Amino acid sequence: MANALSGRPKPLSPNIQIYRPQLTSVLSIANRISGVALSAYAVALVIWLLAVAAGPDSYAVAHAFIRSWLGQVLMFGCTFCFFLHFCGGVRHLAWDAGYGFSLRAIYTSGWAVVAVSVALTVLTWAIKFALAGYDR
Amino acid sequence: MSKAAMRSPLGRALGLGSARDGVEDWWRERVSAVALVPLTGWFAVSIVTHAGDGYSAVIAWLRSPVTTTLMTLLLITLFQHTALGLQVVIEDYVHSRIKIPVLVGVRLGCFSFGIAGLVAILRIAFGA
Repeated sequence: MANALSGRPKPLSPNIQIYRPQLTSVLSIANRISGVALSAYAVALVIWLLAVAAGPDSYAVAHAFIRSWLGQVLMFGCTFCFFLHFCGGVRHLAWDAGYGFSLRAIYTSGWAVVAVSVALTVLTWAIKFALAGYDR
Repeated sequence: MSKAAMRSPLGRALGLGSARDGVEDWWRERVSAVALVPLTGWFAVSIVTHAGDGYSAVIAWLRSPVTTTLMTLLLITLFQHTALGLQVVIEDYVHSRIKIPVLVGVRLGCFSFGIAGLVAILRIAFGA
């Protein structure tokens, strides 16, 4: 679309379908997606607490589901979403406080979020397997 | 155009608008985020160290005063943060007529699950 006065094309807002994914934009939407996912896990936490409160039988049902392969996959997803949102959230709080706005700092903190989230997820499951064994 | 000129006469007279309450939800989301750093950190460490516990061990853990207190704080803060976060997501992506019903439903849902969680932990802590 040409500007009537200058003849130059008008700048268009980025179209998400053809916009090359960047670390900044991917982490931005990942923070939201992980937050929405963690909302569902918050509900799961309440269901687990209700199961504990209801007695040993309902706790056994909840525990059996968590121990199933689907439950373990969901727990692993929860761990990664949690650490991603946790680290991403701390990064956002630093921005809100006015720190880390240079382009270099934004990429450094972005890759730090990725690395620390992956590392803490692996570490958490390594400790979990070391403490509880592979069958839980 | 100056900031004052952009406001309606009623808005100026009442003194309402973004200069007062507009940042409240934004601020509460940040405060709850700061509170969730230690609370979720404690929860993550606790869950990992109690992985594989039987029913009686879980009950004993949840009944200790420290756990009951921190779990209560966690549930309140977690569902407040969840409600505010989902609200922003809905406001950004839902523009049809279902926007207001979805906003109200999510807020009520977060409130209900938060209360249900509190009832559960307090029942575990103080129940027979």
